[in-house]
Amino acid sequence: MSTTGKVSGIVSNLVTVLVDGPVAENELCHIDVKGTKMLAEVIKVNGNTASVQVFESTRGLKCGDSVEFLGKMLEVSLGPGLLSSVYDGLQNDLTTMTGVFLKRGEYTDPLNHEKLWDFTPIAQVGDKVQAASWLGEVKEGWLPHKIMVPFSFEGEYTVKSIKEAGSYNIDTVIAVLTDSEGEEKAVTMVQNWPVKVAVKAYREKPRPQKIMETGVRVIDSFNPIAEGGTGFIPGPFGCGKTVLQHAIAKQGEADIIVMAACGERANEVVEIFSEFPELIDPHTGRHLMERTTIICNTSNMPVAAREASVYTAMTICEYYRAMGLRCLLLADSTSRWAQALREMSNRMEELPGADAFPVDLSSIISNFYARAGMVILNNGQRGAVTFIGTVSPAGGNLKEPVTESTKKAARCFYALEQNRADQKRYPAVNPLDSYSKYLEYPEIKEYLDEKVEKGWVEKIIEAKNIVRRGREMKDQIDILGDDGVPMSYHIAFWKSEMIDFAFLQQDAFDQVDALCPIERQKYILNTIMDICAREFDFDDYQKCREYFKKLINQLKQINYCVFGSEEFKANEHELHKLLENNGK
Amino acid sequence: MASKAYQKTYTHLEAITKATVSLKAPGATNDELAMVDGKLAQVVKTKGDLVTLQVFANTEGIPTNAEVSFFGAPPTLKVSDELSGRFFDAYGHPIDGGPEVEGEEREIGGPSVNPYKRKQPSQLIPTGIAGIDLNNTLVSGQKIPFYADPDQPYNQVMADVALRADVDKIILGGMGLSNDDYLFFKHAFENAGALDKIVSFVNTTEEPPVERLLIPDMALTAAEYFAVDKNEKVLVLLTDMTLYADALSIVSNRMDQIPSKDSMPGSLYSDLAKIYEKAVQLPSGGSITIIAVTTLNDGDITHAIPDNTGYITEGQLYLKADTDTGKVIVDPFRSLSRLKQLVQGKVTREDHSQVMNAGVRLYADAQSAKTKLENGFDLSEYDLRCLDYAKEYAVRLLSIDVNIKIEEMLDTAWELFAKYFKPEETGIKQSLIDKYWKA
Repeated sequence: MSTTGKVSGIVSNLVTVLVDGPVAENELCHIDVKGTKMLAEVIKVNGNTASVQVFESTRGLKCGDSVEFLGKMLEVSLGPGLLSSVYDGLQNDLTTMTGVFLKRGEYTDPLNHEKLWDFTPIAQVGDKVQAASWLGEVKEGWLPHKIMVPFSFEGEYTVKSIKEAGSYNIDTVIAVLTDSEGEEKAVTMVQNWPVKVAVKAYREKPRPQKIMETGVRVIDSFNPIAEGGTGFIPGPFGCGKTVLQHAIAKQGEADIIVMAACGERANEVVEIFSEFPELIDPHTGRHLMERTTIICNTSNMPVAAREASVYTAMTICEYYRAMGLRCLLLADSTSRWAQALREMSNRMEELPGADAFPVDLSSIISNFYARAGMVILNNGQRGAVTFIGTVSPAGGNLKEPVTESTKKAARCFYALEQNRADQKRYPAVNPLDSYSKYLEYPEIKEYLDEKVEKGWVEKIIEAKNIVRRGREMKDQIDILGDDGVPMSYHIAFWKSEMIDFAFLQQDAFDQVDALCPIERQKYILNTIMDICAREFDFDDYQKCREYFKKLINQLKQINYCVFGSEEFKANEHELHKLLENNGK
Repeated sequence: MASKAYQKTYTHLEAITKATVSLKAPGATNDELAMVDGKLAQVVKTKGDLVTLQVFANTEGIPTNAEVSFFGAPPTLKVSDELSGRFFDAYGHPIDGGPEVEGEEREIGGPSVNPYKRKQPSQLIPTGIAGIDLNNTLVSGQKIPFYADPDQPYNQVMADVALRADVDKIILGGMGLSNDDYLFFKHAFENAGALDKIVSFVNTTEEPPVERLLIPDMALTAAEYFAVDKNEKVLVLLTDMTLYADALSIVSNRMDQIPSKDSMPGSLYSDLAKIYEKAVQLPSGGSITIIAVTTLNDGDITHAIPDNTGYITEGQLYLKADTDTGKVIVDPFRSLSRLKQLVQGKVTREDHSQVMNAGVRLYADAQSAKTKLENGFDLSEYDLRCLDYAKEYAVRLLSIDVNIKIEEMLDTAWELFAKYFKPEETGIKQSLIDKYWKA
């Protein structure tokens, strides 16, 4: 007999319920409003009163309405068919919903139960297995989707029977396992997992060892993110946050991309719907949508489900990671998620922390970031979840709780800057304020020595120093005037401008320049650094500016040409000619 | 809106604040309307039998023994084609002396459109103002506010935009309009002979501020009727959203909620998003476009209201007084329409985006020349040409009193380029120079 209750208070989507039995923190319940069942989650219990947040509008709800507790936490269904799907924050399939408007209490199944999948067994009768062991495989489009022992199974099991190869729907029992007591458990192709609990069914989580390429120079070279790493992008509105995130989604070197549109504009999600099915994955040549799952809780959808959406997205990533795949999770934006937490905390009349955010904001954020990572599975294979979140700081001020908490949790920081955006220097990532902790990892250094070239990290640090020096020189020039400083100041400044214009800036809308593989990044940076190493002298600062402007233009032309093409070589030749003169 | 109370009446208030009253009323449902001493109110909080009502008109003069009756339903609007050409108050009652509207009664503030059922906006909305059409092109289904200081003529510009835009319906949501501005809109619509395609919901400064909270939902419910049911292109004008947000903070304050930044409620982002995200392009061809006004305090866009708005809307338009020409212009630097690339060069002429960029870039050069001049440096011959160009560019293109077709804007820009610059100084692609340069 499950616990039931009666509504005893309502403020917006926070509802208090008088309960007649045991309830658990984060347990789900159904609230009955005139026959419509609305999903809600327990967030606080005090005596026999449970406070629940309702994932829908509470319009029309009244005290005394009945509540039924479900004895489980918010779960997602994991199985073949997740890829290319479009879900809301609670994993309802948005594509199968009827009507133009979202209807309250309409819940749709995330997975298709009729569709048949071609199953091939991997495990054999008698095999010893545990949670996340691979039992078999189905083809989910291009992807070998592993059917695993459910993550919730504890201890060791023996495979008693397994289905032979054939076509089955997801509810078919594909294996029967017996535990150490001899008790039998049936396994289908679908399993459920509570979203707020991290999946831990792997052997170990070592430090990240390689870089996840994005084709964006300011990221891959200057501030690389590791496969299984974490990063965040804060920035005021209008700084190109969405463009940068979409670029990463399109080009990121990962098998699976999960995009969580968390409290953002619906038209931006529509852009993904309309463009991704057309766009081609540069790494595999397949359509981008074939590797993408979208979790969509736009800003006008219920606030509580917004909080759930990032967890739903993370759980789906963890599921694919357990198959030995590389997943990339992009959440836009985690500030909206934090605001959802703030709204609830506010309604529960908790004592507020900074800017009225809940006091445990920092720990909630770091717990979430900690779910990312590269893991070694029990069978020795590797899988990774790389997580990049955006933050929308109020007023563009980075000294606010969400940015500060995230800074503690994430290892990469891509500071979008209003100033750069105003000057149309895109991506507007500040090259000096931004950082990647991974550049300090000896294993990453080693990897880059191997993958790019020996001493690559040192070269990056040197390039950053040139940019830094250039800024200092610029300050001096601004104070003392163009004629008031030695020529060397101008040269140092223009060398930094060259790195900025020809390397850090990148045209996300140009077919060639948008995606710059690491090999090409190495080429262009080496070219630039060779120029920086040269000695120059000019008669006056005008000549210096003109000369470097020509160099920059020539380097940009090279960036716009297909790598190694005739046109590319012609531009390269022009550059050498320019350099021969050495500014004279 | 429902006009008959049918439920049991109560006569004892437990508590009264400036914006809310509380009473014991078992069975009251969340969001439902009630009448308190002849004033409309809405349930915002229940705790056991104790119900807190937000009174739209203020609570002045409400006694503890006031008569309270509940409607059993949230605020509604009767929708039908009869809405056209009418003026209503925040409750949907006519204020133009005409009869009540008959039609289907719909709850306001309803659910949002399934994002998967939306279409990518792709239809141009021409306004005749080059500062908008040329530099910040509007697209149907877009939501964009004017960020303006209170002394700027934003309501006039908005009325112009609305009357020139090629749309089927214009819905005005006026919040805290001064009576003069209300009459301005009324006359502007009447004089344009466009009254039959306009629906207005107006709350003036003479009316209580909390009433404003109903205006956007009223306006958008009407908009959804025309866009979804009738497949029409609807333009919604919301002025002034800052006053709407102020009303939100009043209510949350009276309910003892902990304020977040700038004493705004913590839910400000969601509250604003719920309104703006009603902007939509539907696959059926209907659309809702929202043009709003957010007044700024001395140009401060870091304040919580413009800041949250900026994260929600698809760009923003700034008005600016140009001291060189004495004109009010659409600021070409800070204004931005995020959706412009969906129509520029696709619906409009191929040279659109290049001409736009060149025009703004040269205008920026003029600004640096101006700074140079102010700092006492000598101007080069190029600087002088830029300054002359900037004046003419401001008068003939940026000024809000311009009213020409987009083709004409492009031609004007080419004419100015040829008058003041050499082709290579514009940075425009050679193929376009060959085709359009006015020798």
